[in-house]
Amino acid sequence: MKILTANRLTDGEAVWFSTDHRWAETIDHSEIASDKAGEERLEAIGHAGLANNEVVDVNLIDVQLVDGEIRPTRLREQIRAAGPTNRNDLGKQARPAVSRAA
Amino acid sequence: MYRYDEFDHDFVKARVAEFTDQVERRLAGEITEDQFRPLRLMNGVYLQLHAYMLRVAIPYGTLNSRQLRMLAHIARKYDKGYGHFTTRQNIQYNWPALSDMPAILADLASVEMHAIQTSGNCIRNVTADHFAAAAADEVADPRPYAEILRQWSSVHPEFSYLPRKFKIAVTGAERDRAAIQVHDIGLHLKKNAAGELGFAVYVGGGQGRTPMIAKKIRDFLPEEDLLSYTTAILRVYNLNGRRDNKYKARIKILVHETGVEELTRQVEAEWEALKDGELKLPEADVRAIEAYFAPPALVARPEGDEAVKTARLDSRSFGEWLDQNVLTHKNPDYAAVTISLKGIGEVPGDATDSQMEAVADIAEKYGFDELRVSHEQNLILPHVARADLKAVYDALVEIDLATANSNLISDIIACPGLDYCALANARSIPVAQQISLRFASLERQRDIGELKLKISGCINACGHHHVGHIGILGVEKKGAELYQVTLGGSGDEHTSIGEIVGRGFGPEEITDAIETVVDTYLRIRNDRTEKFIDAYRRVGAAPFKEALYGSEAKAA
Ligand code: SF4
Repeated sequence: MKILTANRLTDGEAVWFSTDHRWAETIDHSEIASDKAGEERLEAIGHAGLANNEVVDVNLIDVQLVDGEIRPTRLREQIRAAGPTNRNDLGKQARPAVSRAA
Repeated sequence: MYRYDEFDHDFVKARVAEFTDQVERRLAGEITEDQFRPLRLMNGVYLQLHAYMLRVAIPYGTLNSRQLRMLAHIARKYDKGYGHFTTRQNIQYNWPALSDMPAILADLASVEMHAIQTSGNCIRNVTADHFAAAAADEVADPRPYAEILRQWSSVHPEFSYLPRKFKIAVTGAERDRAAIQVHDIGLHLKKNAAGELGFAVYVGGGQGRTPMIAKKIRDFLPEEDLLSYTTAILRVYNLNGRRDNKYKARIKILVHETGVEELTRQVEAEWEALKDGELKLPEADVRAIEAYFAPPALVARPEGDEAVKTARLDSRSFGEWLDQNVLTHKNPDYAAVTISLKGIGEVPGDATDSQMEAVADIAEKYGFDELRVSHEQNLILPHVARADLKAVYDALVEIDLATANSNLISDIIACPGLDYCALANARSIPVAQQISLRFASLERQRDIGELKLKISGCINACGHHHVGHIGILGVEKKGAELYQVTLGGSGDEHTSIGEIVGRGFGPEEITDAIETVVDTYLRIRNDRTEKFIDAYRRVGAAPFKEALYGSEAKAA
């Protein structure tokens, strides 16, 4: 299973391509590719995002579903999705739960 | 202190205008990321895990209070209220928006600061002993020479696209506090028998994937030949350094592959043609730049001795801080103070906006407006009257920056690691925090004595782990973090590269492993005066291996 991630051009914010077809600031509602065709589709979206200068550093990353929640396989991506592990007050983890769910 | 001249002003202003235009064009989609990346890197802007990162140059780590206040202002206005001081004597911001970069750089320029040459394959920020102009053991202030090198190397047309980045460090004392032997060029400023100033020149040191100790290629280079000789070295490197393989492109590889004798011959031959040319430093120019760095007029404050004595009796913690964080100054009425950015359990090198402002106030009130950033990620007040030490200490207590741990095991160097850095394999900060907490007791730390512990989150070695008495290198193994321990490294005048002690440790094991190493040292040392590094050099790795791996070590 893979999802598409990048950083937003204007401010560098880590973003993920979501099921409602936008670059979301949290990982929760990312569009998941479960086969080659899905991956290719996401890759094309990534290229387009780069080409139209919305995002930079576009990558497909491996994820798993843990209790229905999307969890990146690599620690690096877990940290991108949450924020620095030594500062819970920074990054996505610092957001109020409501906005994270939204 | 050195003030930018007209040329610097105009140059920095022009560069801000140029980069502002480039950012605007990028945001408008007129240039692509591939086109923009090298431009932003030339201006110190990286892309990390969570956001962009801006690295601001602090030449040879020297700052005044106005500049530190501006760094605080930037942290507050454009970032998340803190900055990270690095082993390059620079500061990094972890969260700035690209769209704010022009405003940040304009703010920096207003206090004569910038982010030029903090990235890219050019000559980077020249570093120097953070106790320059203060330390009692210094022959002369190394910073005028660092400044001459800075001026010469700024947008140097011949040396802006080197095979790889290039780092120069200068020390002015026998005791090397600038780690010159692990730099591309290390300069040791000294006097010859006739009392003239010159440099011992070291070339080809470095850390990273292939750590190497620099080779001394000249025992005494006269002061006036500084630029011609440096140019000769850079020319030989620029011409012959490997551009085919990023990992073999540093000058250390060239020195290694060419051999030091042949390389010296090439440098000397190149220098022959240069030394009597326009690069010869006119005596008057050197003295003029030196005048910029003249120490403040230190008025006699003989009451300091008595004041310190009384205050020490009053407060044990003040006494501990005096013992650990205060260095003997050239002037007996004064002292140099280390402000530890290594509070127990805190992030090494981080300071909040309000801490920076408070430190700026202290520097202004008690420190002749002078500040330094050390490559060990602390701040320094180079000139404080001993009579004012208690007041400085009290002010530091107020802002939680009075930890009395300079040179002790909790004075850890740690790079940002996987919590921020896009190149990282493992986290550094939480490891530093855990170790700091484990050894929180100051009494225990003082019993252990001088111990330099350094942590890097990948083989790039920004955390200088190769030269830590104890070094920790984070690697990724089968998707998990693993920490390799090296022992016996040192980054001073007796530079050595630490040796890997054995298999690595997981995040849950590493603190215990470090404690085992420390306990082993305590067991084997001759007495309290034998430091960790000396004990290690006496007995070697065997007892440490035995303690860490037991029978496993014997079998190996
Ligand atoms: S050593 Fe590696 S992980 Fe640490 S800051 Fe340097 S590049 Fe990043």
